Amino acid sequence: MSEELFQKMAQSIVDGDADAAVALAKETITAGIPPLDAITKGFVTGVNIVGDAFGRGEAYLPELVMAGEAMKAAVATLDPELKERGTERRTLGKVVIATVDGDIHEIGKSLVATMLGASGFEVYDLGVDVEIEKIIGTALNVNADIIAMSALLTTTMVKQKEVIEELDKEGLRGKFKVMVGGAPVTRDWVKTIGADGFSEDAIGAVNIAKQLVGAA
Amino acid sequence: MSKNIKSITNPKLKLEILTPAEVKKIHDATLWIIEKVGVKFPSQRALDVWTANGAEVDRGRQIVKVRGEIIEAALKKCPPMYPLAARDPNQDLSLDGNHVYVGTDGCGVEVIDIHTGGRRTSKIQDVIDIARVADATEEVAFHWVPVSAQDMPVESRGLYEIKAIWENSTKHVQTESIYDAAEAKAAIEMAALIAGGKEALRKRPVLSLMQCSASPLGHDGGSLDAALLAAEAGIPTGFMTMAACLTTGPAAMAGTLAVGNAEVIAATALLQLAYPGAPVFYAAAQTASDPRNGAYTGGGPEDFLFGAATNVLSDFYNIPLSMGSFATGAKEPNWQAGIENSLSTFMAGIVMSDMLLGVGFLHGSRIWSYAEMMMDCEIFSIIEKIMRGIVVNDETLALDTIAAVGPAGNYLAQKHTRKHMLDLFVPQFMDRRPYNEWESKRDDARDWALAKARRILAEHQPDPLDPKIGAEMAKIIMSVEKKGATEPAR
Repeated sequence: MSEELFQKMAQSIVDGDADAAVALAKETITAGIPPLDAITKGFVTGVNIVGDAFGRGEAYLPELVMAGEAMKAAVATLDPELKERGTERRTLGKVVIATVDGDIHEIGKSLVATMLGASGFEVYDLGVDVEIEKIIGTALNVNADIIAMSALLTTTMVKQKEVIEELDKEGLRGKFKVMVGGAPVTRDWVKTIGADGFSEDAIGAVNIAKQLVGAA
Repeated sequence: MSKNIKSITNPKLKLEILTPAEVKKIHDATLWIIEKVGVKFPSQRALDVWTANGAEVDRGRQIVKVRGEIIEAALKKCPPMYPLAARDPNQDLSLDGNHVYVGTDGCGVEVIDIHTGGRRTSKIQDVIDIARVADATEEVAFHWVPVSAQDMPVESRGLYEIKAIWENSTKHVQTESIYDAAEAKAAIEMAALIAGGKEALRKRPVLSLMQCSASPLGHDGGSLDAALLAAEAGIPTGFMTMAACLTTGPAAMAGTLAVGNAEVIAATALLQLAYPGAPVFYAAAQTASDPRNGAYTGGGPEDFLFGAATNVLSDFYNIPLSMGSFATGAKEPNWQAGIENSLSTFMAGIVMSDMLLGVGFLHGSRIWSYAEMMMDCEIFSIIEKIMRGIVVNDETLALDTIAAVGPAGNYLAQKHTRKHMLDLFVPQFMDRRPYNEWESKRDDARDWALAKARRILAEHQPDPLDPKIGAEMAKIIMSVEKKGATEPAR
């Protein structure tokens, strides 16, 4: 019975059907299936199927994003039940992500956030035009493993440097790994500011994040 | 070096890419988007203008919804044609719908060093050098800020960049790198120094401003404030959409055209509501993201189609167009670069886009290459030649000469041949040598293009800017710099 349900759950993720994923998540709660099983035996299987197809060039980015969104919706539905049972979903780590102060360019950052979430990270997406204090403050509050920052303009890119300088000044640099991205970000820039990693696209960002938390 | 500026004009070739009914459908869809979905205007000043003109303004979300008739009435106030003035009045450009001009592309972050061939972060000296090389070519009609002067302070960088170009070229400067009020205000003052005052600047705008929208359906606050200041001063101003199918626009091209159109005409209408009759232009570089990784492509069939379609839209609104062409996604000057830059420029050129941006970049407008710049100039020259088409008349049919040569002769020694051989296109960078000669040298277009750029940089002396004006400009720049924050940004 639950085998069939797990398959349906995986399929809802493959189809990128968030509504179906949420309905199935509710069904498992009613049926008394442990939420952790629902995630690992059901939904995650779907994420892996899409991820593998994407890796082989057989699935396109929108399919990957929709699978990620469906996964997010399913997990959110199961979250209260997880907490109730005192179980926790094991994640690869916590990431605080933002587009820096003065910059409103969101898409790349949001794509990275979705991909990280779908890949098993717990993601805190602070949005765009985010001040240094808020980035560092949130990272401290949630006990983040990684701070990830994007910028599209050469004039706002310098904020990435300022965040790292601020971390240095406060003696917090060792607490967090720092990832940066955005069209003007180059390897030279990453070296100059002493960031721990960068990627030119969202898929690469997931790989870098995994490396930074020792999960690759 | 040439003071002449080459443009496509009086073309014989034509292309119908959208029917009038299709244009109307896109226009109606655009008005629906602006009225029902809205556009984000995160600027107090912009929101005030919208409020005063009867738009539905959500101050909290900074989203404006505007009835179609307000947009249409505002757009009717746009001047259909005006000049882009140059420091040298002989190099003024006429945005009259019958000229296609090319600029340098912008704004990149790295440069393939002209001497070492190594790739490195861009600096102010690169802005200077590129301006000088562009000044010497007849294909480059005007400048964008080609690369970011990343060794200059963040808050005044855009001003150092335009000063550097004016000091090294007599051609028109259009900056895409000034996007806040303080810098815009200073830039206008600097431009007025060249034009000879604020009123003279209105008549002969030696500067124009290009602002990027934030697709989908948004704008940057600083950009809006800068654009409003420019419009107030009579500086030609355009909004560029870079909506991309799949990511910042619908995957279907018509939908992305409508989204981008909504961004551009809503912002253009804003400028007309604030300053009726202000010179404005439409700007666009729509594209499609790669479905496999979401990457910015910098080329591809969708770009070529957008390049041709957008001028039909800007013609519908009767305003000039600045269109993204060239700007290959290729990492080196290669097969991909040749295809992308030729087809994008052909498609945007055949419909008579007024300004094409622009020459010189690799990797989707991120890495400057002098070789690519020179080869892009040649691509434009080829397309300019194609647009002239085939002239058919008694002179070109040459029947007297054909009779004189008769069957089995040749035309080499004919007067008609000597006269018309100059009509034939002679490439600078295409290899038409015997195979053996190539085999012994194994050089190609990239080597010759780079050599030409090096020669220009070594030899070309642009007409200098009056040092007094330069000194005044420096004072203006210092006035916007933060006290105690004058060290380079990195």
